[in-house]
Amino acid sequence: MKPVCDALLLALREPDAMAGFDAETWDRVVRQARVAGLLGRLGALASSFSGRLPKAVWRHLEAALTLAEQQRRAVHWELRQLGHALQRTEGPVVLLKGAAYAAADLPPAAGRIFTDIDLLVPRTQLGATEAALMLDGWITSPHDAYDLRYYREWMHELPPMQHIRRRTWLDVHHNILPETARRKTRPALILAASIPLPEFPRFSIPEPADQVLHSATHLFHEGEWRHGLRDLVDLDALLRAYGGDPDFWPHLLARAETLNLGRPLYYALRYARRLLRTPIPVNLEAACPEQPGHLATALLDALFLPAFASAHAECRTWFSGPATFALFVRSHWLRMPAHLLIPHLLRKTFKAGDA
Amino acid sequence: MALNLGDLSPAALRRQLARGLDLRTGPFRFLIRCHSEEVARGLVMLYPDFPLCESGFRDYHIRVDKVSGPRRWFRPQCNFWHDSHAPFKPLPANHAFPLLEWGMNWCIAGHAQHYLMLHAAVLERHGRAVILPGDPGAGKSTLTAALSLSGWRLLSDEITLIDRDDGLVVPLARPISLKNQSIDVVRAAFPHAVIGDIARDTHKGTVAHLRPPSESVARMHEKARAAHIVFPRWRADAVARLTRHSKADAFIHAATHGFNYSLLGRLGFELNAALIDRCDCWDFEYSRLEDALAVFENLVT
Repeated sequence: MKPVCDALLLALREPDAMAGFDAETWDRVVRQARVAGLLGRLGALASSFSGRLPKAVWRHLEAALTLAEQQRRAVHWELRQLGHALQRTEGPVVLLKGAAYAAADLPPAAGRIFTDIDLLVPRTQLGATEAALMLDGWITSPHDAYDLRYYREWMHELPPMQHIRRRTWLDVHHNILPETARRKTRPALILAASIPLPEFPRFSIPEPADQVLHSATHLFHEGEWRHGLRDLVDLDALLRAYGGDPDFWPHLLARAETLNLGRPLYYALRYARRLLRTPIPVNLEAACPEQPGHLATALLDALFLPAFASAHAECRTWFSGPATFALFVRSHWLRMPAHLLIPHLLRKTFKAGDA
Repeated sequence: MALNLGDLSPAALRRQLARGLDLRTGPFRFLIRCHSEEVARGLVMLYPDFPLCESGFRDYHIRVDKVSGPRRWFRPQCNFWHDSHAPFKPLPANHAFPLLEWGMNWCIAGHAQHYLMLHAAVLERHGRAVILPGDPGAGKSTLTAALSLSGWRLLSDEITLIDRDDGLVVPLARPISLKNQSIDVVRAAFPHAVIGDIARDTHKGTVAHLRPPSESVARMHEKARAAHIVFPRWRADAVARLTRHSKADAFIHAATHGFNYSLLGRLGFELNAALIDRCDCWDFEYSRLEDALAVFENLVT
């Protein structure tokens, strides 16, 4: 990563260092953090020593914290509404990522902003869930027949839904990887192990190891890198919180093997340790149930490291564009077999040209 | 010795704009990058008293420039960027200066959650600030312009900032945006008023900006205590007259016309309640500016 981006990583790793940043450094860090969706996170990390930051800087961090707090309130309220709507469906409704962090007040929640609510329900309940949501005013955004087929046959989620009055976005998943993906996992096990939330009776959250595995899978299988660093920061917060318990690590490895998610876990551990110095037991990567070879590792380092920095123009190098493009292609490659992927990408290319 | 924008030679201003002009307005610093002649001219005319800064922390890095591609040359368009993000659709290139003003408002309204932000003008005289919320077309900007040209200190024309720490009004002292007929009304009543280029056919109609008084700019670090909230309404042939406006209604109005009342949650409620408690609330009807000025003078003496 370019040295110009080191200050943001330093702030995330060692928050105390923020007290020593000069005005020029802040001028870059605040902008980078804003674009990366991490301004509120910096605010949460610095809130105990805000008096030691320049006033003008703290104003921005406090404003971002205020926004995050409003989103937390809004999500809590939305979950109560959704809980009513899903009263009569059966089986667990598991909150994923941002909504789970906010509902259970998990470590990544502090200062975090997000744009939609992600749910995981049993595949058998998908129709009933969609029907219940539609009755409550959730509508599927308009898609053409191809898009509908893309979502309903190949993907692991319904097309995004939006509430007609509250405008909240909702993604209903029945798996954490697409149906067509090369890698197969077992969502039934994630649902079965999920932990009910007393405060939100209809909902549960994944057990701690599954939180890490889902976040890692999402990050390293998606082609969208704008919030890559933010997602890595989530992983760092989860690993720091749960890693204090020595039993957590062996359980995490075992769970990765059971769910066939060893590879994304390997990447999560590698890049969290490398970029954020997450305290992970030595040699844990070596114990990962599935690891890439040396050549693949070198190649992925060359792609992932620039991609994590790609959100802000100042952190981009000549190689950032090709790297994020390569990762975009990789994400599709992982998502679909070639006989589906190539027509799909061609179609998307020509549709983008029409617009 | 601190430099004001008006101290720069035309060439120096254009050089600075090309690499980033570091302008302070109230509590905010904007780093403005721009190659547009309209913007350079607008800044010279409307911002001459504003202090410039050098290096350090800037609140918003913004840019107004022609778009790239065919519309750079054919019926040229310009756009506004906050950092590398363009929140608006491109506009005709000769609307570059109003676009800069709207972009600066957008930066503040969208990010400055450190304040309670009301959609209202605010001016001060004899230590007492008067807040003027106004629905579009109510004659708020005309009245604001007239007051600022008659000895009142301009704090802000569009966004009233309430400091969350002490409940005081924080000045911005930026130019006043005049629309349609109010441009001619102000020009006729105050022949010495400095009004920038006129932009026609914008989404707000015809728009021009009025230079804020030098004294308001010089005192842009001085917060003020709000004493009145006045809802103005211009009506042909009306006799200038203040009538009491219900505080409950003023509260709801401020809450629903604020930029971030609900975003601030409990704090928004508390700041708004304290503000309304402290202020007398009025409806104000007028037709002639000189009568309006007399009524306002009475309000603060």
